[in-house]
Amino acid sequence: MAQKTIAGVNLEVTEDGYLEDPTKWNEEIAKEIAKEEGIELTDKHFEVIKFIRENAESGLTIRKVGKSGIVDIKGFYELFPGGPLKISSKIAGIKKPTSCV
Amino acid sequence: MAEKKDTQVKKVAIICAKASLEDVYAALVMANGAVMEGMEAKVFFTFFGLDAITKKHMNKLHTATVGNPGMRMPGGLPFPTLLGAIPGVEAGVSSMMRKQMDQLDIPPVDEFLDMITAGGGEIFACKLAVDMFKLKKEDLSDHVIDIITIGEFYAMAGGEGSQIIFT
Repeated sequence: MAQKTIAGVNLEVTEDGYLEDPTKWNEEIAKEIAKEEGIELTDKHFEVIKFIRENAESGLTIRKVGKSGIVDIKGFYELFPGGPLKISSKIAGIKKPTSCV
Repeated sequence: MAEKKDTQVKKVAIICAKASLEDVYAALVMANGAVMEGMEAKVFFTFFGLDAITKKHMNKLHTATVGNPGMRMPGGLPFPTLLGAIPGVEAGVSSMMRKQMDQLDIPPVDEFLDMITAGGGEIFACKLAVDMFKLKKEDLSDHVIDIITIGEFYAMAGGEGSQIIFT
């Protein structure tokens, strides 16, 4: 476990940069983590992030996000290139996903 | 925590030569898992593996109920080989397995191919096997980019951090 200051807030993060406590998350933190991942967040990103935060406990999969009605799977990959489920989870301030699908 | 100094896998080239549910899904899960992690994935279907990308068969794959030592009855008792030989049993068992997989959010084959290609994964059919089974391009799923030789597949499987996997 490590300490990291993101958007002026001192936070506990895992070794690969996921927030330890999802309740400490806010949109400014999301923007800063996204910037580290090379992503400029748009409203569409935030819609997806909202879905991800709301469904964090239910075992998220790429398939579920694809069926959310917010974005299809192709669009999800375009929004968060290079590993959409992991990267969006990190930006959304939830735990690292454990799904294989 | 894994050592970071290892060369990371950046690309997987997966070859699937069998039509059983478990062999095809092993290939699909590995391919999808790769694109999910931001890696490149290419899958080459050959011999009976072609069933997985043939429109007529792709969503009706079976698992063997005869000659499959891993097959068990619900509850864990051994699955009698003679029972597995009764017509319809293999279809029933396979359909049960597909249903259980769906509950774990493992999609049917065509939807799985949608997911893999949406993530940039590429699907190929083996020319030799396509000729042998007298298939045409239109018999194959639209996910298939091209019908190619194994040599052509190897030609695109190279590069640093690339791996070839055979199921």
